[in-house]
Amino acid sequence: MSILLIQEKTIVVPGEELAEGMDFLPGTDVIRDGEKLIATKVGIVTISGRLIKLIPLAGKYLPKRNDIVIGKVVGMGFSGWRVDIDWAFEANLALRDASTEFIEKTADLSQYYDFEDWIVCQITAVAAGGRLIDLTMKGPGLRKLGPGRIIKATPAKVPRIIGKQGSMITLIKEATGTKISVGQNGIVWLSGEDSSQELLALKAIEKIEAESHVSGLTDRIKAFLEGAHS
Amino acid sequence: MTYTKRFDGRQLDELRPIEARVGVVPRATGSALFKIGKTHAIAAVYGPRELYPQFLQDHQRGVLRCNYNMLAFSGAGERVRPGPSRRSKEISMVMEKALFPVLDMRAFPSTVIDVFVELIQTDAGTRCAAITAASLALADAGIPMKDLISSVAVGRIGNAIVLDVTKEEEDYEEGMADIPIAMSTRTGEITLLQDDGLLTKEELINALGLAKKGCEDIKRVQIQALKNKYKEEP
Repeated sequence: MSILLIQEKTIVVPGEELAEGMDFLPGTDVIRDGEKLIATKVGIVTISGRLIKLIPLAGKYLPKRNDIVIGKVVGMGFSGWRVDIDWAFEANLALRDASTEFIEKTADLSQYYDFEDWIVCQITAVAAGGRLIDLTMKGPGLRKLGPGRIIKATPAKVPRIIGKQGSMITLIKEATGTKISVGQNGIVWLSGEDSSQELLALKAIEKIEAESHVSGLTDRIKAFLEGAHS
Repeated sequence: MTYTKRFDGRQLDELRPIEARVGVVPRATGSALFKIGKTHAIAAVYGPRELYPQFLQDHQRGVLRCNYNMLAFSGAGERVRPGPSRRSKEISMVMEKALFPVLDMRAFPSTVIDVFVELIQTDAGTRCAAITAASLALADAGIPMKDLISSVAVGRIGNAIVLDVTKEEEDYEEGMADIPIAMSTRTGEITLLQDDGLLTKEELINALGLAKKGCEDIKRVQIQALKNKYKEEP
């Protein structure tokens, strides 16, 4: 007989027992130890049928294929660029993936992306356990970012910053008139005509990060943005 | 003379007052503050990040690197010489060995996870406080762990077996043994067991039982500290 030892949506810590018995299956960040299912991270429990998994509340970004991330150009070579995507290893942006237009072998690469430029790019491949990462700039929304503000959010909170079908980010964009890009790696770029509005958008994102585990988040952010306007 | 009444008035099986908090170092991936009596430890975790020199890299799993340090002014007055010493290197090593068994580092091969522990104030039991703080900081950093590690020192003072030894007791004139212990209380596995002093077999068994109880109490505080960070207070 299998028993669930914890309710859905509770916050658990590493080593906490979630369920007993073989009827339940361990999902993300949950392991089986004998008869028991154990949490391995600080996170919120999600139960879907027999599967028990965690939504982690903390943790560094782990690169995954097809993720759209924001990175900084930190190196340049004959065949492409090295990009810092806030992970242990630098990612590689090859010449042929760097632009839709043809780049001459002898071209000055800094004309395209210079050192310290921030870019929105997509991960095309992760190999050797995360040591080798390939990026591309070919795809919708992938571009070099202009002047703006960069902040680092917890990668685990990115889904909350974006919201369901982008509801949260649209809310902030519309209320503040600020352009915002969010990478899966937690890096957020903001740029607005009005610097006080830009700052308001930044504060809203910080508020989401601090309160993402509390229910009714969208309403509170809405109230926060409206309160700032009146 | 037997040691029946402790210098600070505690019961023989009583811990000093404990306090724990996570997220105290905002720029770190994870961090924690752990206080047990007058021993205060701050731990900060950075990484996973690239490991140099390259020959130290493990291509199957990440490497844990601990750094234990007592601040120059932290002790009872005698100045601690800054920088690594024989003692701090040993403790850094035993910390790595005490924490590694519960960590699952397979997700980030070739990287290192750095754990820095600073003891800002000390009154014995520093390696135990350091391990407890480091374990909290690792959980706060989102490193996959099978369990939290809790750690406490037990000892024989005169002929009494006591929990959570202070510096005053360590210096007890009529003989003592100091046994720092770290364990995963869920599985009962002991990851650190050192001994400085003489003990009989029965005394050691008693001491281990006492340590288990102490670790369980510490673990409750650790769990609460991690959960408090995400308390509902909009």
